[in-house]
Amino acid sequence: MLLPQPLQNLVLAFERLPGIGPKSASRLAFFLLRAPEDVSRQLADALIALKQNTAFCPECFNIMQAGRERCEICESRARDERVICVVEEPLDVLALERVGAYKGKYHVLHGVLSPIEGIGPDDLKIKPLLERVARGGVTEVILATNPSMEGDATALYLRQQLLPFGVQVTRLARGLPVGGDLEYADQNTLLRALSGRQEMT
Amino acid sequence: MNQPRSFRTEAVVIRHADWGEADRILTLFTREQGKLRVLAKGARKVLSRKAGHLEPFTRVTLQLARGRDLPIVTQVETLDAYLPLRDDLLKVGYAAYVLELIDRLTYDEEGNTFSLFRLLTETLERIASEADGWLAVRYYEMRLLDFLGFRPKLFECANCGRPVEPRDQYFSPGVGGVICPQCGMGLPGLWNVDVETLKYLRHFQRSSYAEAVRARPNAEARKKIEALMQAYFTYLLERELNTPGFLKRVRT
Ligand SMILES: [Zn+2]
Ligand SMILES: [Zn+2]
Repeated sequence: MLLPQPLQNLVLAFERLPGIGPKSASRLAFFLLRAPEDVSRQLADALIALKQNTAFCPECFNIMQAGRERCEICESRARDERVICVVEEPLDVLALERVGAYKGKYHVLHGVLSPIEGIGPDDLKIKPLLERVARGGVTEVILATNPSMEGDATALYLRQQLLPFGVQVTRLARGLPVGGDLEYADQNTLLRALSGRQEMT
Repeated sequence: MNQPRSFRTEAVVIRHADWGEADRILTLFTREQGKLRVLAKGARKVLSRKAGHLEPFTRVTLQLARGRDLPIVTQVETLDAYLPLRDDLLKVGYAAYVLELIDRLTYDEEGNTFSLFRLLTETLERIASEADGWLAVRYYEMRLLDFLGFRPKLFECANCGRPVEPRDQYFSPGVGGVICPQCGMGLPGLWNVDVETLKYLRHFQRSSYAEAVRARPNAEARKKIEALMQAYFTYLLERELNTPGFLKRVRT
């Protein structure tokens, strides 16, 4: 069956989203078709505002509301300016903020180094991080890139680059995931979990 | 064709790409079939039992099920994670270069790749375990050219066939070998190759690995050898490689 053009357009637009196949795309489109008009209007408004009203913070490169000078975390006096936590993506900031235990600042790289894919230091927000540290006042940089080959390589590179500034460079502890099973852990995870073991208190 | 629904293979993970919500598509170099793309479902979930075993630069044994499109990973276990690679940026770069070459120079499911697979795993092992992975990479380049049918002529002039004399020569990437000064004079598209660089290239080509590692080229010679080999691969691929740029950045 050939769908009318407006419906077809929406199905195609949904299909381009991550994790959405043709079936889910049609289901969403038909849902909106049947739902009251303000449901689709709200969605449309939100979509337009998404691009128009957001920007990257010029300090930490997290996403912020457009028009601000810096993001809320960078502006906040309650956050410790001496500590910077470096993450791959804005979503990682969200995850750490949800825990609520971290009181320092952030820096979002927007990716990881990948030699084989040709993603080098200049493709990430590494230079602005070094400039932040060079301005002084920072005592610790926490490298919170993912525990993957690319995340590890990025952390190694950052450590190499940060060394001359004399700041303390730390890496998020890595080990066995909660609910994980020792038997199924890979060598890398096991070895790191072992070297990062802690005394029970 | 009557292919079994499920099969077992040994492989090195070359690269991965996110797919859908939580899946990954992996490019493997398998022992039996050569390059093979497979789907790892749920590999991006933190609790995934497979994820840690499916990182690039890992040698694994896997159980694969034929899927509608790509084979699907049903079981995986690490045989060697080449862990020293993870703590040394230069070694990461070397391993990436080794994998990029095999990825770019071979086709999917070529088959008959036992020896190539062995060369690959031996090379990763050498880069991981030796203090300096440089020689292992150069040796790999030479053997890879042999396997792919691009073995450069280094002992006779590729044009007139006369034995190469101990003096500076030309190198023709198009013909794939040394061109003597008499034949090469004034010809376009030739590179210069000095006596010392050629000496090492010949040594790597005709030696076993145990013999090859006895070579001790100085920093200057290393640069020239590496530049020539990279230029030759770039010529064969008709495209720039990604990893030499990365290596340049991490060496400074
Ligand atoms: Zn900010
Ligand atoms: Zn000649």
